[in-house]
Amino acid sequence: MFSFLLRRFALVIPTFLGITLLVFSLIRLLPGDPVEALSGERGMTDERYQRLLHEFGLDRPLWMQYLEYLWRALHGDLGYSTITHEPVFHEFITRFPATIELSMCAMLMALVIGLPAGIVAALKRNTVLDYSVMGASLTGYSMPIFWWGLLLILTFSVTLGWTPVSGRIAIQYDIPAVTGFMLVDSLLSSDAGAFKSAVSHLILPAIALGTIPLAVIARMTRSSMLEVLREDYVRTARAKGASTLRVVGVHALRNALIPVVTTIGLQVGTLLAGAILTETIFSWPGIGKWLVEAIHRRDYPAVQGGILMSATVIIVVNLVVDMLYGVINPRIRHQ
Amino acid sequence: MKNRGFTLKALAATALLACAGASFAAKTLVYCSEGSPEGFNPQFFTTGTTLDASSVPMFNRLVEFDLGTTTVAPDGMAYTFKLRPGVKFHSNEKFKPTRDFNADDVLFSYNRMADPNHPFAKTSPGQTFAYFEDMGMKSIVDHIEKVDAMTVRFVMKKPEAPFMANLAMDFMSVQSAEYADKMKAAGTPEVIDREPIGTGPFQFVSYQKDAVIRYKAHDGFWGGRPKIDNLVYAITTDASVRYAKLKTGECHVMAFPKPADVAAMKADANINMVSQQGLNVGYIAFNVEKKPFDNKLVRQALNMSVNKKAILDSVFQGAGQPAKNPIPPTLWSYDDKIKEYPYDPAKAKELLAKAGYPNGTEVELWYLPVTRPYNPDGKRMAELIQADWEKIGVKTKLLTFEWGEYRKRSKTGEQHVMMFGWSGDNGDPDNFFVPLLGCAAVKGGGNVARWCNKDFEDAIQKAKLVTKQAERAALYMKAQEIAHEEAPWIPIAHSVRFDPVRKEVIGYKMDATAHHYFHKVDLK
Repeated sequence: MFSFLLRRFALVIPTFLGITLLVFSLIRLLPGDPVEALSGERGMTDERYQRLLHEFGLDRPLWMQYLEYLWRALHGDLGYSTITHEPVFHEFITRFPATIELSMCAMLMALVIGLPAGIVAALKRNTVLDYSVMGASLTGYSMPIFWWGLLLILTFSVTLGWTPVSGRIAIQYDIPAVTGFMLVDSLLSSDAGAFKSAVSHLILPAIALGTIPLAVIARMTRSSMLEVLREDYVRTARAKGASTLRVVGVHALRNALIPVVTTIGLQVGTLLAGAILTETIFSWPGIGKWLVEAIHRRDYPAVQGGILMSATVIIVVNLVVDMLYGVINPRIRHQ
Repeated sequence: MKNRGFTLKALAATALLACAGASFAAKTLVYCSEGSPEGFNPQFFTTGTTLDASSVPMFNRLVEFDLGTTTVAPDGMAYTFKLRPGVKFHSNEKFKPTRDFNADDVLFSYNRMADPNHPFAKTSPGQTFAYFEDMGMKSIVDHIEKVDAMTVRFVMKKPEAPFMANLAMDFMSVQSAEYADKMKAAGTPEVIDREPIGTGPFQFVSYQKDAVIRYKAHDGFWGGRPKIDNLVYAITTDASVRYAKLKTGECHVMAFPKPADVAAMKADANINMVSQQGLNVGYIAFNVEKKPFDNKLVRQALNMSVNKKAILDSVFQGAGQPAKNPIPPTLWSYDDKIKEYPYDPAKAKELLAKAGYPNGTEVELWYLPVTRPYNPDGKRMAELIQADWEKIGVKTKLLTFEWGEYRKRSKTGEQHVMMFGWSGDNGDPDNFFVPLLGCAAVKGGGNVARWCNKDFEDAIQKAKLVTKQAERAALYMKAQEIAHEEAPWIPIAHSVRFDPVRKEVIGYKMDATAHHYFHKVDLK
């Protein structure tokens, strides 16, 4: 197990280097630069253009800019945003909890609905139930988030009036950001209505964001379950006279979960990508919305820093997932 | 040099008994704004979104917009301002003002921008005083002096008729010198830009990034305490979502509706549509340095072949009026006598033939890659124009680039024909003519037609020096005649802006610039 971990960690270093290099070059391949993007209809004098270029360190050779970015990043310094003039790390960390909160709720919804749906579909293979679950999940998977989000808003907020349209909490609650997680912060404030309001604001964005992972998880669970149900040990368990619940819940599910867990780990990337659209529609102040804005405005430090941090999260999650295999399936531990 | 001291309505302070009806629930107005501010110091930034969240609710200028822009000293080499006494600053946890607004605050605010060695000239990396530089303040003002505690004087390098209009602009917002001193002593000078203290009707409470900006009424506001108690900007970037929030009552006022939604909003019984003729112009510029646009006849022919009515219907959804001059009709000196080029493809073809292009020609049209109030859909507009020009034998290739690149390439004069536009910032005609068609703006990149006409330039430069508005207007009218005859542009439209407001909002008025003012607004 230890050498396994060591090997996994060793892999992380080149991955990080690859990411920094990729982000650094991709953003520079886009036409335009941060200084040019600051100019409006009036244009900008050459003098100011050169001055700002120098100030942002963009007048130096590319390799020097890259090395400096790496060196600083290693020291935890992600630079300053060219738009707001604030430290990128600070910009990231104030927005990150919002994205985590949304993603976790979306994932929770995807798991709570997706897993049982997949299991049921597998058990009732080729029945109307199976077809409808799989049909629904295919629809969910193909739905553009932007359109889906607007549809949810128009139905549940505008027409039915059940949920608020957007934001994280109703305007009347001015909750100080202690943890940055609105659910926790609203609980910490002694106002009972605040928590309720925070929850009601989370529902629609969580559904919009969680739909694709839900569909993927349901389909993955079904196919993995079907495979496992055909295994010898399941037949043995049945022959032993174990109850269906025990056969499915213990013998089959545990083995079927391995590919599902991998999928869940990979879905974290999907969630962060989906968060970009979801956050824009639901005015959710997370990193997705922030990064898109940064890309539009060619805010190099923000894009580089933001993506590096997001990538770190994805790498860590996948590392944890790899370790979880061992917990779920003891056979993997011995390899 | 003669000092012609004249008192302006500078920072008038009117004490008003704050409504003592504390037994009523606090009135909170929610405004769904279109984006996040870059910061809260209006001296650093030029985007409407940022100024709308900083200078508009929280600060005042030495000269307020619409006030005094017409009062200019005849020889104009010095401007003396007698300040209004009793103007109170906001307070916050870090700062309680011990004195009222005075000359030190004006000097601090101005010198911070003018003097590169000022201790507050650089409080954070990348910070520029962009507007101050853009308006050429350094070449206009020699220095500013404190005559006494309540009198300041701007000593000029040259007379500049639009100077008063410049002073009314957002970047001239007055900040507290006392606050700056205190934060500098505490070793945190940058705090004055993040937790702003001003003299405006609302004071800053908090900002949750990308989500909510909170302000509360400034009890001591010199213009009378606002009728609402709290003002909240709910940042909502998507226009459809802003509309949904307005419908459900999650906000009272929304910014920038989609032109396609305007008709439905007008029909909604819960929504009042407030409209205002925009201080803007959307246009197509010919690069007169390139063939065939160096020929006036070609430019006129292309003017005649564009069906503006179709553009207004389809691109602006009727929310605009056709343009014939570089300035909008809301601006003084607008020349209404000028006759718009008629839509006449037959005549256009004739002119083209006369110019030496009987079989038409091929052109490249660059279209706007962004949405702007002066042009909601550049691509659609380009397609319509392409079809119009096709009719007179002009084959048009459509092209565009990302905004930064669009600006960069146009600065070097790469363009053939280019879509562009402008929203005025200070209500002076100079603010349209000089940055868009002046000779210096060819190099600066604002004059994308790269058109430098001596007679036109003489007129607009002379209009900077004379101070009587009637004289200036005559010069600008002459300039408009030249611009019409020479046709460096196809002026397309001046858009009408709409602010959808819920029925319970009373007294909301739109402003000529795209700013949103709430201090006179009340809620039912």
